[in-house]
Amino acid sequence: MQKKFVKCLVEFDEIGNKIPKQITFNDRVFIVDKVFEVKNCASFKVGGIGERYKIRINGNITYIFFEEGKWFVEAK
Amino acid sequence: MFYNINGDNMKQRIIFHSDLNNFYASVECLYNPSIRNKAVVVVGDQEKRHGIVLAKNYIAKAYNIKTGDTIGEATRKCGEELVCVKASFERYYYVSKIIKKMYLEYTDKVESFGIDEAWLDVTERVNSYEEAIKLADKIRARVIDEFGLTVSIGISFNKIFAKLGSDLKKPNATTLITEQNFKDVVWSLPSRELLYVGNKTEQKLEKLGIKTIGDIANTNEVVLRRTLGKNGVMLKNFALGLDDSEVKRFDKHDPIKSVGNSTTCPHDLKTNEEVKAVIYILAENVARRMREKNFWCSVVCVCYKNNELQFTEKMKTLDFPTNLASDIAKVAYKLFLENFDWQSTIRAVGVRACGLCEKPKQYNMFVNEQTMLKKENFEKVVENLRSRFGYNIITRGSVCLNREFKELNPEHVTHIIHPQSYLKGG
Repeated sequence: MQKKFVKCLVEFDEIGNKIPKQITFNDRVFIVDKVFEVKNCASFKVGGIGERYKIRINGNITYIFFEEGKWFVEAK
Repeated sequence: MFYNINGDNMKQRIIFHSDLNNFYASVECLYNPSIRNKAVVVVGDQEKRHGIVLAKNYIAKAYNIKTGDTIGEATRKCGEELVCVKASFERYYYVSKIIKKMYLEYTDKVESFGIDEAWLDVTERVNSYEEAIKLADKIRARVIDEFGLTVSIGISFNKIFAKLGSDLKKPNATTLITEQNFKDVVWSLPSRELLYVGNKTEQKLEKLGIKTIGDIANTNEVVLRRTLGKNGVMLKNFALGLDDSEVKRFDKHDPIKSVGNSTTCPHDLKTNEEVKAVIYILAENVARRMREKNFWCSVVCVCYKNNELQFTEKMKTLDFPTNLASDIAKVAYKLFLENFDWQSTIRAVGVRACGLCEKPKQYNMFVNEQTMLKKENFEKVVENLRSRFGYNIITRGSVCLNREFKELNPEHVTHIIHPQSYLKGG
């Protein structure tokens, strides 16, 4: 697995929470259906520390991390 | 139950000391999974001659690699499979900051002790040691889950024993030292386990036949005072569990007590002229920083490390306060000349100004105030030139002795890695 930084379209709510809406990965755009959970978490698979967003894309559960101002995914 | 001065019941304090295990190496292993199962050492910048082991993971530790080993020594002990990673302090600051932010969820009394250690006063959060252990275990679990690191936590009724507790079991463990068990747990430990007992103090204690912390506790205060001064009494109080220093609030900073800069030289210094050049470079930066804060200093310290890494510091009180680099450098260089015998070469030099005060209303009668003002204006012009055109636009002749010294720009040196003094309030 590798750490892959991605482009992310984000919505901010009234109190400043970040809600990822769309991710561009390998030139493909993925719409985020739903955000289930946000927590501080380490990525043991690819290395890193940040806010981990548990999200659903096309019906599949996956994770995206926000680390020091950038978004990354654990790419296969 | 304890009583305060008014006779009211006083809740016993419960203090945590958290110590992130092998912090630098653990962060590197976290960010780079491919080295996680290898012997890893974090090293300083080799080009700047900081190429010694700053931290190592447990696998490297098994090869008897020690902090302070040179990279060559470490490689000899472990072989070619040793992974050397250059320290990335910005990343360590980042990780340290977010972990301490997490601690603040439990108490606002979080006092940093270096980059990887902190005290937490959780007295208001828990009612018993049982609850304290549960809380410490919860924090340890969160540090693993959220930050991928392990932490050892010492729990006790004062800061000294909490710190000692965090050193007893590693990695990822909770250790409890109470008023009831501290004599059993602490007193049998060697004296050097106590905070502020270093090599020299340990040697002095050994001459008195004092080998354990219990020995310190049971030694007459007069004897300790005679050998170690007021620190002897302090150590006895520490050993008896009589430390009542508070855990400071996270946002509370102590007033600045000194301004200093030190550097490891590009090569070992062999002559007085070379040392003088480095002292002037450092003093210029110290004076500039003092002027930024509107400080004058009444004490100048010089410190140096020889090529055997033996550290010496000497200080002198000035006749009148100054904020001039030339004055600071002159005193620092004189101190150096008086104390160093050139039996070895010099690896690192530092200059520190302390006894900070405001601008003196009056110098002594032998000082011409106009001359002082002229010198200050001259140094300000130099600073101005450097801020506009770069550090090397103007250089002292002594610094031109060696091209490498011109690259010694101390403005880029930071000195906040090491734990601040525990005694800073005193």
